[in-house]
Amino acid sequence: MKRNLTCIVCPMGCQLEVELEDGKVTRVTGNTCKRGEAYGIAECTAPTRTLTTTVRVSGGTQPLVSVKTAAPIPKELLFDAMKVLRKLTVAAPVALGQVVMEDLCGTGIGVVAGKEVSAR
Amino acid sequence: MKELDLVIIGGGPAGLAAAVSAYDAGVRSLLILDREQQAGGILEQCIHNGFGLHRFGEELTGPEYAARYIDEVKKREIPVQLETMVLDLQPLPDGSKLVTAVSSGGMLELKAKAVILAMGCRERSRGALNIPGTRPAGIYTAGAAQKFVNIKGYLPGRRVVILGSGDIGLIMARRMTLEGAKVEAVCELMPYSGGLNRNIVQCLEDFGIPLLLSHTIVEIHGKERVTGVTIAQVDENRRPIPETRQEIPCDTVLLSCGLIPENELTTAAGIPLDPVTSGAVVDQYRQTGCPGVFACGNVLHVHDLVDYVSEEAALAGESAAAWLRGESLSGESVSLIPKDGVRYLVPQQLRLPLKDDLRLYFRVGAIYDKATVEVRCGEKLIFSRKRPRLVPGEMESLVLKKSLLEGLDGPLTVGLSLEGESK
Repeated sequence: MKRNLTCIVCPMGCQLEVELEDGKVTRVTGNTCKRGEAYGIAECTAPTRTLTTTVRVSGGTQPLVSVKTAAPIPKELLFDAMKVLRKLTVAAPVALGQVVMEDLCGTGIGVVAGKEVSAR
Repeated sequence: MKELDLVIIGGGPAGLAAAVSAYDAGVRSLLILDREQQAGGILEQCIHNGFGLHRFGEELTGPEYAARYIDEVKKREIPVQLETMVLDLQPLPDGSKLVTAVSSGGMLELKAKAVILAMGCRERSRGALNIPGTRPAGIYTAGAAQKFVNIKGYLPGRRVVILGSGDIGLIMARRMTLEGAKVEAVCELMPYSGGLNRNIVQCLEDFGIPLLLSHTIVEIHGKERVTGVTIAQVDENRRPIPETRQEIPCDTVLLSCGLIPENELTTAAGIPLDPVTSGAVVDQYRQTGCPGVFACGNVLHVHDLVDYVSEEAALAGESAAAWLRGESLSGESVSLIPKDGVRYLVPQQLRLPLKDDLRLYFRVGAIYDKATVEVRCGEKLIFSRKRPRLVPGEMESLVLKKSLLEGLDGPLTVGLSLEGESK
């Protein structure tokens, strides 16, 4: 079986062709870098996405801080992760790179702040 | 009146990078002016990742990318005056420039030897698009909605139709979906999307949001609040086909229909603009038609990737420093003319002789597969490069070696030759 994908690793958007046999990837073509190959394999076996969103800040100069998952998480967990993060409030000051949640939805992957918010 | 060597108008990615490179090239009397409460420009609200792959070799979110440059500016102690909006720019008879701004402290007048224009761009609004219908609440540009969601923490609607498939529209389709809204469709007037491929995949396909190409909104319904839109398919002349009209109930319409460089100050200073880019006409130094005034970033031409904004801004900063040192940035002028599928070129002019290799940026007007980009001087082919695919949504660039451009005797043209076509 062949699957045609657009690589989303970087803005180049290479057109990948992934060859599969019994759910296993046998060949990735069309990629221009190694990360593209890794993406092709992951996308056809266990697709992941980096989640970027915001969480509430208490006592800060701004009401929200932007956050991202420290690594890509399984794609099917995106909405569960949003549900959890919607309930989270962090206290100002928040530092750039600060871990605001250690383990998101049992993935073992943390959530880090993408900017600095000073205390009011 | 305060006198400075260099005033940079705008503290977004372009202004910050320009300031850093001007400083590193020796400029010490400089000031960045920005109208927002914080530097960083639009990056502050672009919380998605994908920034910085070219510049830093890693994927950063917008605020993270901005923070890198804000740090560099702080390290150098380059002053940034925030909440200050520049209202006027005028060249003075002595060759300096008068910058008039307003802030909470009142009016501010600065005399600068050189100015870098880094004001960015703004979104095309409903008024500019002429969409018929009533005028209810719930119609926003995608960028305004992005600010509500990502900075203020408000969700502007629950059922959304997005017009235009530019990157901000695609990004907001995903963002609104993740925040619990239902995005009914993204309508795109053109037969192709103006956004990056990766965004179509990870923002629409991931969430099953339909992308309706060759479709537009023909009417917006609702009195107090948007209640729905009528969409229709368009023919090859982009005219709606009446039989294809269909109504989609929704409470919110987001517009992502293009960006317009914000050049009111440029125009006020009498600096010539390129009618296609809506930005200033510049040479390879990014110097405009007014000596000592440089332009970079989205105010010059709309970029897709901030990495290239930083690169262009660094060039403008270095050029301003060279100009302030009294180096000549003038010379015989040769025009660069886009043709055959190439919509615009930046720079639009060359000053000869070239000091460095030349990097040209351009955009094409339609999708072309297997095209060859050809640079010619008259009939003479100077450079050509095959490209598998060229699309309007992605800015292209090419580098011409200095040696290739020696002894030019007329304007350079850059155009496409398609496979199978003989020339």
